[in-house]
Amino acid sequence: MADDARILTMREAVARFVRDGDTVALEGFTHLIPFAAGHEIIRQRRRDLTLVRLTPDLLMDQLVHAGTARRLVFGWLGNPGVGSLHAVRRAVERDVPAPLEIEEYSHFGLLCRYQAGASGLPFFPLRGFRGTDYPRVNPLVREVTCPFTGEVLDAVPALRPDVAVVHAQRADSEGNTQIWGLLGAQREVAFAARRVIVVVEEIVEEAVIRADPNRTQIPGAIVDAVVEAPGGAHPSFAQGFYDRDNAAYLAWDRITRDPAALDRYLEEWVYGLPDRGAYLERLGRDVVNRLRPAPRLASPVDYGDYR
Amino acid sequence: MSPATRAETMVFAASREVEDGDSVFVGVGLPNLAVQLARRGHAPRARLLYESGVFGARPARLPISIGDPCLVTGAAQVLEMPAMFQYFLQGGRTDLGFLGAAQVDRFGNLNTTVVGPDYRRPRVRLPGAGGAPDIAWNARRTVVILRQDRRKFVSRLDFRTTVGWAEGGRSREALGAPGGGPTRVITDLGVYGFHPETREMILESVHAGVAIEEVRAAVGWDLRLAPEVRVTPAPEPEMLALLREEIDPKGIYLGRPSSGKALSGPSTSRS
Repeated sequence: MADDARILTMREAVARFVRDGDTVALEGFTHLIPFAAGHEIIRQRRRDLTLVRLTPDLLMDQLVHAGTARRLVFGWLGNPGVGSLHAVRRAVERDVPAPLEIEEYSHFGLLCRYQAGASGLPFFPLRGFRGTDYPRVNPLVREVTCPFTGEVLDAVPALRPDVAVVHAQRADSEGNTQIWGLLGAQREVAFAARRVIVVVEEIVEEAVIRADPNRTQIPGAIVDAVVEAPGGAHPSFAQGFYDRDNAAYLAWDRITRDPAALDRYLEEWVYGLPDRGAYLERLGRDVVNRLRPAPRLASPVDYGDYR
Repeated sequence: MSPATRAETMVFAASREVEDGDSVFVGVGLPNLAVQLARRGHAPRARLLYESGVFGARPARLPISIGDPCLVTGAAQVLEMPAMFQYFLQGGRTDLGFLGAAQVDRFGNLNTTVVGPDYRRPRVRLPGAGGAPDIAWNARRTVVILRQDRRKFVSRLDFRTTVGWAEGGRSREALGAPGGGPTRVITDLGVYGFHPETREMILESVHAGVAIEEVRAAVGWDLRLAPEVRVTPAPEPEMLALLREEIDPKGIYLGRPSSGKALSGPSTSRS
């Protein structure tokens, strides 16, 4: 196998690894949201997906409106700091344009499902659901009795997505992937999934990764595809690369309320464009420059040279 | 300087709930303003925790979401999210948590999930749980902060997302909750505590210019009053100036006293 066999274009990676009917986890907690990958899933008109995400936000609104989803598994649903996801709400409240099944947890509940999946356990114990209405509406939130103390705990089953898509700052051609800033559940969802697509701001030499192994969150051994897509998390952010585009989140509130405006948005920014490069061109240099932060470097650490 | 608005008084009352040295779980919006104020005033050693995985945040600007990059730069630690929930919350390392809500009942239980009697066919689909159930279950103290009206202070929640004092009395302890439960509910009208035995919400103070009748009209049950309902202390002028000029200079969350324009409260915008 050639050294760079895992390096694919976004079109190739989605065509090869995301199938109709799959359970697809698109993670990134406010940080590193895989918009470029989600747009390609819309463009390739995947259908009947079970979409999994701790915090469904603009990207999920777009995926649901575009008709890719049958079911949504989540912990918190909204446009953070702004308001509602109206496309998701239309589906849940009125079956418009089609019904959407929902499977709902707390953040921690869904995190525990990832952890069980990643660790090869059938379930994960936690506290926090007792006394709430969640066990009543979600049959997968159950109770388990501790064999040591007799305490009754909550339990959730393992989740093993067919595919996890993770955006990150950088990876080498093997897929060894480094993330800094908010880590979300990127590592957990990657280990839980059967197939992993990593999308990065830049593909770097192996030596860059190996000079700082503590920063590697996802090992190449579990990665199926590495896609280079600079700016691929916009309008969310990539720590050190670009800021969150808060104006875009505010503007979304007007678009999401109006199905016709959402159609136009998808036409203009997804179907009408071939890839993320074209998206950034359309976004324009001014926006890209406005979002670039001034540098703030960490002090280097000394791993030592042991021979 | 114009006197404090009701919303500003609410933020000050919330800031006074922070004790120096507390590890505080913060949401965006009003709780964030309250904690920033506390850190600049009486609680300089308060440590800010965000469920996005940040411990000891020192944001150089006002964070717009709980995952703002400004929370990372300069923080003491960034953890993966499972570790934040497992070690800081479930592990009992959180002193105080702030929560918002769309509905609250007389025992401080919260709804942020659906409005309407049918979960499968909700009248309004709200954001859901996020980190709220775990904050309320595990923190030593919980403070609820929301703008008040009768649709929010309800006799019966449409959905119980987050446990406060459950059915009152000792029912929270009977569920096995390790944390201390809600201690205050703070609104733009007044400040509430909870009765030490029945655990029912009690009006402790009203903000300047608010009549008790106005509060009663914005509560969906027969509200109990403290033996003496006081007036919520007014913010010190220098703290008010700090809030208006440095912490929320654009009036993003509180509006300007003249304009009255502001983003919605934390009920729809916890993350």
